[in-house]
Amino acid sequence: MLNLIISTLTEGFIYALLAYGIFITYKILDFPDLTVDGSFPLGAAVTAVVINNGVNPFLALLISVAVGALAGLCTGLIHVRLKVRDLLAGIITMTALFSVNLQIAGSNMSIIGIDTIFRLMPFGDMPQIYRKLIVSLILAIIVKIILDLYFKTQNGLLLRSVGDNENLVCTLGIDNGNMKILGLVIANALVALCGSVVCQQQQSFSATMGTGQMVFGLAAVIIGTTIFKKMSFVKGTTAVMVGSIVYKACIQTAITLGLPANLMKLITAVLFLLILVLGNLPSKGGRKHA
Amino acid sequence: MLELKNITKIYNPGEVTEMSLFEDFNLRVSDGEFVSIVGSNGSGKTSLLNIVCGSIPVESGQILVGGKDITHMPEHKRYRNIGRVYQDPAKGTCPNLTILENMSLADNKGKKYLFASGINRKRADFYREQLASLGLGLEDKMNLRVGSLSGGQRQAMALLMTTMTPIDFLILDEHTAALDPKTAEIIMELTDKIVREKKVTTMMVTHNLRYAVDYGDRLLMMHKGEAIIDKQGDEKITVTVPDLLHVFNEISIECGN
Repeated sequence: MLNLIISTLTEGFIYALLAYGIFITYKILDFPDLTVDGSFPLGAAVTAVVINNGVNPFLALLISVAVGALAGLCTGLIHVRLKVRDLLAGIITMTALFSVNLQIAGSNMSIIGIDTIFRLMPFGDMPQIYRKLIVSLILAIIVKIILDLYFKTQNGLLLRSVGDNENLVCTLGIDNGNMKILGLVIANALVALCGSVVCQQQQSFSATMGTGQMVFGLAAVIIGTTIFKKMSFVKGTTAVMVGSIVYKACIQTAITLGLPANLMKLITAVLFLLILVLGNLPSKGGRKHA
Repeated sequence: MLELKNITKIYNPGEVTEMSLFEDFNLRVSDGEFVSIVGSNGSGKTSLLNIVCGSIPVESGQILVGGKDITHMPEHKRYRNIGRVYQDPAKGTCPNLTILENMSLADNKGKKYLFASGINRKRADFYREQLASLGLGLEDKMNLRVGSLSGGQRQAMALLMTTMTPIDFLILDEHTAALDPKTAEIIMELTDKIVREKKVTTMMVTHNLRYAVDYGDRLLMMHKGEAIIDKQGDEKITVTVPDLLHVFNEISIECGN
Protein backbone atom coordinates (compact mmCIF):
# COMPACT_ATOMS: atom_id res chain seq x y z
CA MET A 1 0.00 0.00 0.00
CA LEU A 2 2.77 2.40 0.96
CA ASN A 3 4.58 1.53 -2.26
CA LEU A 4 1.42 2.32 -4.20
CA ILE A 5 1.15 5.73 -2.58
CA ILE A 6 4.79 6.47 -3.25
CA SER A 7 4.59 5.52 -6.90
CA THR A 8 1.41 7.56 -7.33
CA LEU A 9 3.09 10.60 -5.79
CA THR A 10 6.10 10.05 -8.04
CA GLU A 11 3.87 9.95 -11.11
CA GLY A 12 2.09 13.06 -9.91
CA PHE A 13 5.32 15.00 -9.51
CA ILE A 14 6.72 13.89 -12.86
CA TYR A 15 3.53 14.71 -14.75
CA ALA A 16 3.33 18.04 -12.95
CA LEU A 17 6.03 19.16 -15.41
CA LEU A 18 3.61 18.55 -18.27
CA ALA A 19 0.77 20.15 -16.36
CA TYR A 20 2.85 23.36 -15.90
CA GLY A 21 3.15 23.49 -19.67
CA ILE A 22 -0.59 23.12 -20.17
CA PHE A 23 -1.14 25.68 -17.43
CA ILE A 24 0.79 28.19 -19.56
CA THR A 25 -1.01 27.46 -22.82
CA TYR A 26 -4.51 26.74 -21.54
CA LYS A 27 -4.81 28.99 -18.48
CA ILE A 28 -2.48 31.85 -19.27
CA LEU A 29 -2.59 32.07 -23.07
CA ASP A 30 -6.09 30.61 -23.46
CA PHE A 31 -4.66 28.45 -26.25
CA PRO A 32 -5.85 24.81 -26.61
CA ASP A 33 -2.48 23.38 -27.58
CA LEU A 34 -2.66 19.87 -29.01
CA THR A 35 1.06 19.89 -29.84
CA VAL A 36 1.44 18.25 -26.43
CA ASP A 37 0.48 14.77 -27.66
CA GLY A 38 3.44 15.02 -30.04
CA SER A 39 6.00 16.97 -28.04
CA PHE A 40 5.68 14.65 -25.02
CA PRO A 41 6.84 11.52 -26.93
CA LEU A 42 9.31 13.74 -28.81
CA GLY A 43 11.10 14.43 -25.53
CA ALA A 44 11.02 10.72 -24.74
CA ALA A 45 12.25 9.65 -28.20
CA VAL A 46 15.17 12.04 -28.16
CA THR A 47 16.05 10.97 -24.63
CA ALA A 48 15.97 7.27 -25.50
CA VAL A 49 18.27 7.81 -28.47
CA VAL A 50 20.81 10.09 -26.82
CA ILE A 51 20.99 8.00 -23.64
CA ASN A 52 21.54 4.88 -25.72
CA ASN A 53 24.41 6.74 -27.33
CA GLY A 54 26.07 7.37 -24.00
CA VAL A 55 24.93 10.96 -23.38
CA ASN A 56 24.64 11.97 -19.72
CA PRO A 57 20.98 11.57 -18.67
CA PHE A 58 20.88 15.05 -17.16
CA LEU A 59 22.11 16.47 -20.44
CA ALA A 60 19.35 14.42 -22.09
CA LEU A 61 16.84 16.43 -20.07
CA LEU A 62 18.24 19.68 -21.48
CA ILE A 63 18.29 18.31 -25.04
CA SER A 64 14.62 17.35 -24.65
CA VAL A 65 13.81 20.83 -23.43
CA ALA A 66 15.42 22.25 -26.57
CA VAL A 67 13.58 19.97 -29.02
CA GLY A 68 10.30 20.54 -27.17
CA ALA A 69 10.86 24.28 -27.53
CA LEU A 70 11.30 23.78 -31.28
CA ALA A 71 7.99 21.90 -31.46
CA GLY A 72 6.29 24.80 -29.64
CA LEU A 73 7.97 27.21 -32.02
CA CYS A 74 6.49 25.33 -34.99
CA THR A 75 2.94 25.51 -33.62
CA GLY A 76 3.48 29.16 -32.72
CA LEU A 77 4.72 30.11 -36.17
CA ILE A 78 1.94 28.15 -37.88
CA HIS A 79 -0.67 29.89 -35.76
CA VAL A 80 0.74 33.41 -35.63
CA ARG A 81 2.59 33.86 -38.91
CA LEU A 82 0.54 31.58 -41.18
CA LYS A 83 -2.69 32.53 -39.37
CA VAL A 84 -3.97 28.99 -38.86
CA ARG A 85 -6.51 28.53 -36.05
CA ASP A 86 -5.00 27.60 -32.68
CA LEU A 87 -6.51 24.11 -32.45
CA LEU A 88 -5.53 23.24 -36.03
CA ALA A 89 -2.01 24.60 -35.65
CA GLY A 90 -1.47 22.21 -32.74
CA ILE A 91 -2.99 19.28 -34.60
CA ILE A 92 -0.70 19.89 -37.58
CA THR A 93 2.45 19.88 -35.46
CA MET A 94 1.24 16.89 -33.43
CA THR A 95 0.55 14.86 -36.58
CA ALA A 96 3.91 15.74 -38.08
CA LEU A 97 5.68 14.88 -34.83
CA PHE A 98 4.28 11.35 -34.85
CA SER A 99 6.37 10.59 -37.95
CA VAL A 100 9.30 12.56 -36.60
CA ASN A 101 9.26 10.47 -33.43
CA LEU A 102 9.16 7.24 -35.43
CA GLN A 103 12.15 8.46 -37.43
CA ILE A 104 14.05 9.32 -34.27
CA ALA A 105 13.45 6.22 -32.16
CA GLY A 106 11.30 3.77 -34.10
CA SER A 107 8.05 2.57 -32.60
CA ASN A 108 9.71 1.32 -29.42
CA MET A 109 13.08 1.76 -27.81
CA SER A 110 14.34 0.41 -24.53
CA ILE A 111 16.98 1.97 -22.28
CA ILE A 112 16.94 -0.78 -19.70
CA GLY A 113 20.30 -1.27 -18.04
CA ILE A 114 21.54 2.21 -18.85
CA ASP A 115 22.03 4.87 -16.17
CA THR A 116 19.19 7.35 -15.80
CA ILE A 117 18.80 10.48 -13.67
CA PHE A 118 17.17 8.28 -11.04
CA ARG A 119 20.21 6.04 -10.74
CA LEU A 120 22.86 8.72 -10.98
CA MET A 121 21.66 10.66 -7.92
CA PRO A 122 24.06 10.13 -5.00
CA PHE A 123 21.60 8.64 -2.53
CA GLY A 124 23.73 5.63 -1.48
CA ASP A 125 21.88 2.35 -1.64
CA MET A 126 18.41 3.80 -1.21
CA PRO A 127 15.74 1.64 -2.89
CA GLN A 128 14.82 2.69 -6.43
CA ILE A 129 11.25 3.58 -5.49
CA TYR A 130 12.35 6.25 -2.98
CA ARG A 131 14.98 7.58 -5.35
CA LYS A 132 12.33 8.08 -7.98
CA LEU A 133 10.10 9.90 -5.54
CA ILE A 134 12.85 12.24 -4.37
CA VAL A 135 14.22 13.00 -7.85
CA SER A 136 10.78 13.72 -9.26
CA LEU A 137 9.89 15.89 -6.27
CA ILE A 138 13.10 17.89 -6.69
CA LEU A 139 12.47 18.33 -10.42
CA ALA A 140 8.85 19.39 -9.93
CA ILE A 141 9.88 21.94 -7.30
CA ILE A 142 12.87 23.36 -9.17
CA VAL A 143 10.79 23.90 -12.31
CA LYS A 144 7.96 25.38 -10.25
CA ILE A 145 10.32 27.87 -8.59
CA ILE A 146 11.84 28.89 -11.93
CA LEU A 147 8.36 29.42 -13.40
CA ASP A 148 7.14 31.36 -10.36
CA LEU A 149 10.17 33.64 -10.60
CA TYR A 150 9.66 34.07 -14.33
CA PHE A 151 5.98 34.99 -13.93
CA LYS A 152 7.09 37.89 -11.74
CA THR A 153 9.51 39.36 -14.27
CA GLN A 154 8.52 42.08 -16.75
CA ASN A 155 8.42 39.48 -19.49
CA GLY A 156 6.39 37.12 -17.31
CA LEU A 157 3.84 39.84 -16.55
CA LEU A 158 3.54 40.51 -20.25
CA LEU A 159 2.96 36.82 -20.96
CA ARG A 160 0.25 36.71 -18.31
CA SER A 161 -1.37 39.76 -19.92
CA VAL A 162 -1.52 38.22 -23.40
CA GLY A 163 -4.23 35.71 -22.51
CA ASP A 164 -5.95 38.22 -20.28
CA ASN A 165 -5.97 41.25 -22.50
CA GLU A 166 -4.31 41.08 -25.91
CA ASN A 167 -5.35 44.61 -26.48
CA LEU A 168 -3.28 45.98 -23.62
CA VAL A 169 -0.16 44.17 -24.79
CA CYS A 170 -0.61 45.65 -28.25
CA THR A 171 -1.03 49.19 -26.93
CA LEU A 172 2.18 48.71 -24.94
CA GLY A 173 3.90 48.46 -28.32
CA ILE A 174 4.49 44.72 -28.13
CA ASP A 175 3.57 42.17 -30.79
CA ASN A 176 1.03 39.78 -29.24
CA GLY A 177 2.02 37.08 -31.71
CA ASN A 178 5.60 36.97 -30.47
CA MET A 179 4.43 36.60 -26.88
CA LYS A 180 2.12 33.74 -27.88
CA ILE A 181 4.97 32.00 -29.66
CA LEU A 182 7.14 32.44 -26.58
CA GLY A 183 4.43 30.91 -24.39
CA LEU A 184 4.10 27.90 -26.70
CA VAL A 185 7.88 27.47 -26.75
CA ILE A 186 8.09 27.42 -22.95
CA ALA A 187 5.06 25.15 -22.59
CA ASN A 188 6.25 22.53 -25.06
CA ALA A 189 9.78 22.65 -23.64
CA LEU A 190 8.23 21.65 -20.30
CA VAL A 191 6.10 18.95 -21.91
CA ALA A 192 9.13 17.43 -23.65
CA LEU A 193 11.06 17.62 -20.38
CA CYS A 194 8.27 15.60 -18.81
CA GLY A 195 8.49 13.12 -21.70
CA SER A 196 12.21 12.77 -21.07
CA VAL A 197 11.71 12.07 -17.35
CA VAL A 198 8.93 9.56 -18.06
CA CYS A 199 11.15 7.79 -20.58
CA GLN A 200 13.94 7.53 -18.01
CA GLN A 201 11.52 6.36 -15.34
CA GLN A 202 9.93 3.65 -17.51
CA GLN A 203 13.27 2.98 -19.21
CA SER A 204 11.54 2.85 -22.55
CA PHE A 205 10.02 4.91 -25.32
CA SER A 206 6.94 4.01 -27.32
CA ALA A 207 5.54 6.01 -30.20
CA THR A 208 2.03 5.95 -28.74
CA MET A 209 2.95 7.23 -25.29
CA GLY A 210 1.75 10.72 -26.20
CA THR A 211 -1.89 9.77 -26.70
CA GLY A 212 -4.10 11.42 -24.13
CA GLN A 213 -1.38 13.54 -22.51
CA MET A 214 -3.16 16.75 -23.48
CA VAL A 215 -6.31 15.50 -21.77
CA PHE A 216 -4.32 14.52 -18.69
CA GLY A 217 -2.69 17.96 -18.55
CA LEU A 218 -6.01 19.77 -18.97
CA ALA A 219 -7.55 17.62 -16.24
CA ALA A 220 -4.66 18.35 -13.87
CA VAL A 221 -4.91 22.08 -14.54
CA ILE A 222 -8.67 22.16 -14.10
CA ILE A 223 -8.65 20.00 -10.95
CA GLY A 224 -5.88 22.09 -9.43
CA THR A 225 -7.36 25.48 -10.21
CA THR A 226 -10.82 24.33 -9.11
CA ILE A 227 -9.59 23.06 -5.74
CA PHE A 228 -7.82 26.33 -5.00
CA LYS A 229 -10.38 28.63 -6.60
CA LYS A 230 -11.22 30.35 -3.33
CA MET A 231 -7.59 30.59 -2.21
CA SER A 232 -6.06 33.21 -4.43
CA PHE A 233 -2.79 33.20 -2.48
CA VAL A 234 -2.02 29.69 -3.78
CA LYS A 235 0.16 30.00 -6.89
CA GLY A 236 -1.14 28.50 -10.13
CA THR A 237 1.88 26.22 -10.37
CA THR A 238 1.23 24.80 -6.90
CA ALA A 239 -2.42 24.23 -7.74
CA VAL A 240 -1.49 22.44 -10.94
CA MET A 241 1.04 20.22 -9.14
CA VAL A 242 -1.65 19.17 -6.68
CA GLY A 243 -4.06 18.65 -9.59
CA SER A 244 -1.56 16.33 -11.23
CA ILE A 245 -1.22 14.24 -8.07
CA VAL A 246 -4.97 14.08 -7.49
CA TYR A 247 -5.57 12.96 -11.04
CA LYS A 248 -2.90 10.27 -10.92
CA ALA A 249 -4.39 9.10 -7.61
CA CYS A 250 -7.83 8.78 -9.21
CA ILE A 251 -6.42 6.68 -12.04
CA GLN A 252 -4.42 4.57 -9.60
CA THR A 253 -7.53 3.97 -7.52
CA ALA A 254 -9.41 2.83 -10.62
CA ILE A 255 -6.65 0.36 -11.44
CA THR A 256 -6.46 -0.89 -7.85
CA LEU A 257 -10.20 -1.44 -7.86
CA GLY A 258 -9.60 -3.88 -10.67
CA LEU A 259 -10.79 -1.97 -13.72
CA PRO A 260 -9.25 -3.54 -16.82
CA ALA A 261 -6.37 -1.65 -18.43
CA ASN A 262 -8.15 -1.66 -21.78
CA LEU A 263 -10.80 0.63 -20.32
CA MET A 264 -8.19 3.14 -19.14
CA LYS A 265 -8.87 5.78 -21.79
CA LEU A 266 -12.61 5.42 -21.29
CA ILE A 267 -12.15 5.98 -17.56
CA THR A 268 -9.88 8.92 -18.31
CA ALA A 269 -12.51 10.46 -20.57
CA VAL A 270 -15.32 9.96 -18.05
CA LEU A 271 -13.19 11.34 -15.24
CA PHE A 272 -12.28 14.36 -17.36
CA LEU A 273 -15.94 15.01 -18.17
CA LEU A 274 -16.79 14.78 -14.48
CA ILE A 275 -14.08 17.25 -13.59
CA LEU A 276 -15.23 19.70 -16.25
CA VAL A 277 -18.86 19.51 -15.12
CA LEU A 278 -17.97 19.80 -11.44
CA GLY A 279 -15.54 22.62 -12.19
CA ASN A 280 -18.33 24.52 -13.94
CA LEU A 281 -20.89 24.25 -11.16
CA PRO A 282 -19.74 26.98 -8.78
CA SER A 283 -19.44 29.58 -11.52
CA LYS A 284 -23.18 29.33 -12.20
CA GLY A 285 -23.74 31.76 -9.38
CA GLY A 286 -22.30 34.36 -11.72
CA ARG A 287 -19.05 36.22 -11.47
CA LYS A 288 -19.15 39.39 -9.50
CA HIS A 289 -17.04 41.31 -11.95
CA ALA A 290 -17.16 41.43 -15.69
CA MET B 1 1.60 66.84 -36.82
CA LEU B 2 -0.70 64.08 -37.95
CA GLU B 3 -1.84 64.09 -41.56
CA LEU B 4 -4.37 61.85 -43.24
CA LYS B 5 -4.06 62.27 -47.00
CA ASN B 6 -6.63 61.07 -49.54
CA ILE B 7 -7.73 58.19 -47.36
CA THR B 8 -10.11 55.66 -48.90
CA LYS B 9 -11.58 53.00 -46.69
CA ILE B 10 -13.95 50.36 -48.03
CA TYR B 11 -15.51 47.73 -45.81
CA ASN B 12 -16.02 44.22 -47.30
CA PRO B 13 -14.59 45.15 -50.71
CA GLY B 14 -15.91 42.99 -53.55
CA GLU B 15 -18.82 41.63 -51.55
CA VAL B 16 -22.53 42.40 -51.67
CA THR B 17 -22.17 44.25 -48.38
CA GLU B 18 -19.42 46.48 -49.79
CA MET B 19 -19.58 49.86 -48.09
CA SER B 20 -17.32 52.74 -48.89
CA LEU B 21 -16.82 54.82 -45.73
CA PHE B 22 -14.02 57.24 -46.54
CA GLU B 23 -13.44 58.53 -50.03
CA ASP B 24 -10.51 60.83 -50.46
CA PHE B 25 -10.65 61.91 -46.82
CA ASN B 26 -8.17 64.51 -45.59
CA LEU B 27 -7.39 65.69 -42.08
CA ARG B 28 -4.56 67.53 -40.37
CA VAL B 29 -4.11 67.59 -36.63
CA SER B 30 -1.44 69.98 -35.30
CA ASP B 31 0.83 69.16 -32.41
CA GLY B 32 -0.75 69.77 -29.03
CA GLU B 33 -4.26 70.04 -30.45
CA PHE B 34 -7.17 68.51 -28.51
CA VAL B 35 -9.78 67.42 -31.06
CA SER B 36 -13.25 66.30 -30.03
CA ILE B 37 -15.04 64.18 -32.60
CA VAL B 38 -18.81 63.65 -32.63
CA GLY B 39 -21.16 62.02 -35.10
CA SER B 40 -23.92 59.47 -35.36
CA ASN B 41 -23.34 55.73 -35.41
CA GLY B 42 -21.57 54.59 -38.55
CA SER B 43 -20.35 58.08 -39.36
CA GLY B 44 -16.72 57.00 -39.29
CA LYS B 45 -15.54 58.33 -35.92
CA THR B 46 -14.13 55.11 -34.56
CA SER B 47 -12.93 54.03 -38.01
CA LEU B 48 -10.95 57.26 -38.11
CA LEU B 49 -9.23 56.38 -34.83
CA ASN B 50 -8.66 52.80 -36.00
CA ILE B 51 -7.03 54.09 -39.19
CA VAL B 52 -4.71 56.35 -37.20
CA CYS B 53 -3.75 53.47 -34.88
CA GLY B 54 -3.42 50.90 -37.66
CA SER B 55 -6.15 48.64 -36.26
CA ILE B 56 -7.70 48.51 -39.72
CA PRO B 57 -5.96 48.85 -43.10
CA VAL B 58 -6.87 51.51 -45.67
CA GLU B 59 -7.47 50.91 -49.38
CA SER B 60 -5.49 53.95 -50.42
CA GLY B 61 -4.06 57.17 -49.08
CA GLN B 62 -1.32 58.06 -46.66
CA ILE B 63 -1.00 58.50 -42.92
CA LEU B 64 1.85 60.80 -41.95
CA VAL B 65 3.17 61.59 -38.50
CA GLY B 66 5.63 64.47 -38.44
CA GLY B 67 6.04 63.96 -42.18
CA LYS B 68 6.92 60.29 -41.76
CA ASP B 69 4.73 57.79 -43.60
CA ILE B 70 3.30 55.22 -41.19
CA THR B 71 0.58 53.87 -43.51
CA HIS B 72 2.07 50.38 -43.54
CA MET B 73 3.49 50.31 -40.02
CA PRO B 74 1.97 47.45 -37.95
CA GLU B 75 -0.41 48.39 -35.17
CA HIS B 76 1.78 47.47 -32.21
CA LYS B 77 4.67 49.57 -33.51
CA ARG B 78 2.44 52.62 -33.87
CA TYR B 79 1.37 52.26 -30.26
CA ARG B 80 4.95 52.96 -29.20
CA ASN B 81 4.04 56.62 -29.77
CA ILE B 82 0.30 56.40 -29.29
CA GLY B 83 -1.72 55.89 -26.14
CA ARG B 84 -5.29 54.67 -26.45
CA VAL B 85 -8.16 54.38 -24.01
CA TYR B 86 -11.16 52.35 -25.10
CA GLN B 87 -14.86 52.51 -24.33
CA ASP B 88 -14.64 49.18 -22.52
CA PRO B 89 -12.84 49.73 -19.19
CA ALA B 90 -11.70 46.09 -19.30
CA LYS B 91 -9.52 46.79 -22.32
CA GLY B 92 -7.05 49.15 -20.70
CA THR B 93 -5.89 47.05 -17.76
CA CYS B 94 -5.05 43.45 -17.04
CA PRO B 95 -7.59 41.96 -14.60
CA ASN B 96 -5.39 39.15 -13.26
CA LEU B 97 -2.51 41.43 -12.33
CA THR B 98 -2.42 43.72 -9.32
CA ILE B 99 -2.63 47.51 -9.52
CA LEU B 100 1.10 47.74 -8.85
CA GLU B 101 1.89 45.15 -11.55
CA ASN B 102 -0.34 46.94 -14.06
CA MET B 103 1.31 50.29 -13.34
CA SER B 104 4.80 48.76 -13.62
CA LEU B 105 3.89 47.09 -16.88
CA ALA B 106 2.64 50.33 -18.39
CA ASP B 107 5.59 52.30 -17.00
CA ASN B 108 7.97 50.04 -18.92
CA LYS B 109 6.39 50.85 -22.29
CA GLY B 110 8.99 51.75 -24.88
CA LYS B 111 11.67 49.71 -23.12
CA LYS B 112 12.40 46.00 -23.41
CA TYR B 113 10.36 43.55 -21.35
CA LEU B 114 13.07 41.27 -20.07
CA PHE B 115 13.82 39.47 -16.85
CA ALA B 116 14.06 42.30 -14.38
CA SER B 117 11.46 42.18 -11.64
CA GLY B 118 8.04 42.98 -13.05
CA ILE B 119 7.29 45.15 -10.06
CA ASN B 120 9.13 48.42 -10.06
CA ARG B 121 9.58 49.04 -6.31
CA LYS B 122 11.63 52.20 -6.84
CA ARG B 123 8.72 53.80 -8.62
CA ALA B 124 6.06 52.50 -6.23
CA ASP B 125 5.91 55.84 -4.42
CA PHE B 126 5.43 57.63 -7.72
CA TYR B 127 2.61 55.26 -8.66
CA ARG B 128 1.02 55.79 -5.27
CA GLU B 129 1.19 59.54 -5.77
CA GLN B 130 -0.34 59.25 -9.23
CA LEU B 131 -3.13 57.03 -7.98
CA ALA B 132 -3.76 59.33 -5.04
CA SER B 133 -4.30 62.21 -7.48
CA LEU B 134 -7.33 60.30 -8.79
CA GLY B 135 -8.98 60.57 -5.40
CA LEU B 136 -10.43 57.07 -5.67
CA GLY B 137 -8.46 55.54 -2.83
CA LEU B 138 -6.58 53.19 -5.15
CA GLU B 139 -3.22 54.14 -3.62
CA ASP B 140 -3.99 51.97 -0.59
CA LYS B 141 -4.84 48.93 -2.67
CA MET B 142 -1.67 48.52 -4.69
CA ASN B 143 -1.62 44.74 -4.27
CA LEU B 144 -5.25 44.22 -5.19
CA ARG B 145 -6.12 42.50 -8.46
CA VAL B 146 -7.43 45.01 -10.97
CA GLY B 147 -10.26 42.63 -11.90
CA SER B 148 -11.96 43.47 -8.62
CA LEU B 149 -12.12 47.21 -9.32
CA SER B 150 -15.16 49.02 -10.70
CA GLY B 151 -15.39 50.18 -14.31
CA GLY B 152 -14.71 53.79 -13.36
CA GLN B 153 -11.67 52.88 -11.28
CA ARG B 154 -10.32 50.73 -14.08
CA GLN B 155 -10.89 53.46 -16.65
CA ALA B 156 -9.08 55.99 -14.46
CA MET B 157 -6.19 53.57 -14.16
CA ALA B 158 -6.21 52.96 -17.91
CA LEU B 159 -5.96 56.70 -18.47
CA LEU B 160 -3.05 57.01 -16.04
CA MET B 161 -1.30 54.00 -17.53
CA THR B 162 -1.58 55.24 -21.13
CA THR B 163 -0.22 58.67 -20.30
CA MET B 164 2.54 57.60 -17.90
CA THR B 165 5.17 57.24 -20.61
CA PRO B 166 5.90 59.92 -23.24
CA ILE B 167 3.50 59.60 -26.19
CA ASP B 168 2.85 61.76 -29.26
CA PHE B 169 -0.86 61.02 -29.48
CA LEU B 170 -3.61 60.20 -27.07
CA ILE B 171 -6.56 58.42 -28.66
CA LEU B 172 -9.77 58.36 -26.63
CA ASP B 173 -12.42 56.09 -28.06
CA GLU B 174 -15.69 57.00 -26.28
CA HIS B 175 -13.79 56.44 -23.08
CA THR B 176 -16.56 57.77 -20.83
CA ALA B 177 -19.46 56.04 -22.58
CA ALA B 178 -19.59 52.95 -20.36
CA LEU B 179 -19.49 54.91 -17.09
CA ASP B 180 -22.22 56.37 -14.93
CA PRO B 181 -22.70 60.16 -15.32
CA LYS B 182 -20.79 61.11 -12.17
CA THR B 183 -17.83 58.84 -12.88
CA ALA B 184 -17.85 59.95 -16.51
CA GLU B 185 -17.56 63.54 -15.28
CA ILE B 186 -14.58 62.65 -13.05
CA ILE B 187 -12.82 60.80 -15.88
CA MET B 188 -13.47 63.66 -18.30
CA GLU B 189 -12.02 66.23 -15.92
CA LEU B 190 -9.03 63.97 -15.31
CA THR B 191 -8.58 63.63 -19.07
CA ASP B 192 -8.59 67.37 -19.56
CA LYS B 193 -6.08 67.85 -16.74
CA ILE B 194 -3.71 65.24 -18.16
CA VAL B 195 -3.98 66.57 -21.71
CA ARG B 196 -3.26 70.13 -20.52
CA GLU B 197 -0.36 69.05 -18.31
CA LYS B 198 1.34 66.81 -20.85
CA LYS B 199 0.36 68.97 -23.84
CA VAL B 200 -0.25 65.75 -25.74
CA THR B 201 -2.04 65.80 -29.10
CA THR B 202 -5.43 64.25 -28.44
CA MET B 203 -8.28 62.88 -30.50
CA MET B 204 -11.40 62.16 -28.50
CA VAL B 205 -14.48 60.47 -29.91
CA THR B 206 -17.55 61.06 -27.77
CA HIS B 207 -21.32 60.79 -27.93
CA ASN B 208 -21.61 63.38 -25.22
CA LEU B 209 -22.13 66.64 -27.10
CA ARG B 210 -21.53 68.71 -23.97
CA TYR B 211 -18.08 67.17 -23.53
CA ALA B 212 -17.32 67.91 -27.17
CA VAL B 213 -18.36 71.53 -26.66
CA ASP B 214 -16.79 72.05 -23.23
CA TYR B 215 -13.49 70.30 -23.81
CA GLY B 216 -10.87 70.41 -26.51
CA ASP B 217 -9.84 73.20 -28.82
CA ARG B 218 -11.21 71.77 -32.04
CA LEU B 219 -14.50 70.09 -32.84
CA LEU B 220 -15.22 67.73 -35.70
CA MET B 221 -18.59 66.33 -36.62
CA MET B 222 -18.37 63.27 -38.83
CA HIS B 223 -21.09 62.18 -41.23
CA LYS B 224 -20.77 59.46 -43.86
CA GLY B 225 -17.01 59.61 -43.74
CA GLU B 226 -16.76 63.37 -44.01
CA ALA B 227 -16.07 66.08 -41.49
CA ILE B 228 -19.20 68.18 -41.94
CA ILE B 229 -18.30 70.48 -39.07
CA ASP B 230 -14.73 71.50 -38.31
CA LYS B 231 -14.44 74.37 -35.86
CA GLN B 232 -11.31 75.48 -34.11
CA GLY B 233 -10.08 78.34 -31.96
CA ASP B 234 -12.59 81.18 -31.49
CA GLU B 235 -15.09 79.52 -33.79
CA LYS B 236 -15.13 76.48 -31.55
CA ILE B 237 -15.84 78.55 -28.44
CA THR B 238 -19.09 79.84 -29.91
CA VAL B 239 -20.43 76.37 -30.73
CA THR B 240 -23.23 75.28 -28.42
CA VAL B 241 -24.91 71.95 -27.78
CA PRO B 242 -28.21 73.11 -29.41
CA ASP B 243 -26.23 74.04 -32.57
CA LEU B 244 -24.86 70.52 -32.77
CA LEU B 245 -28.24 68.96 -32.04
CA HIS B 246 -29.74 71.01 -34.83
CA VAL B 247 -27.21 69.64 -37.32
CA PHE B 248 -27.82 66.13 -36.00
CA ASN B 249 -31.54 66.50 -36.62
CA GLU B 250 -31.00 67.78 -40.13
CA ILE B 251 -28.82 64.79 -40.89
CA SER B 252 -31.46 62.46 -39.51
CA ILE B 253 -34.16 64.00 -41.72
CA GLU B 254 -31.84 63.70 -44.68
CA CYS B 255 -31.34 60.03 -43.89
CA GLY B 256 -35.08 59.52 -43.72
CA ASN B 257 -35.31 58.97 -39.98
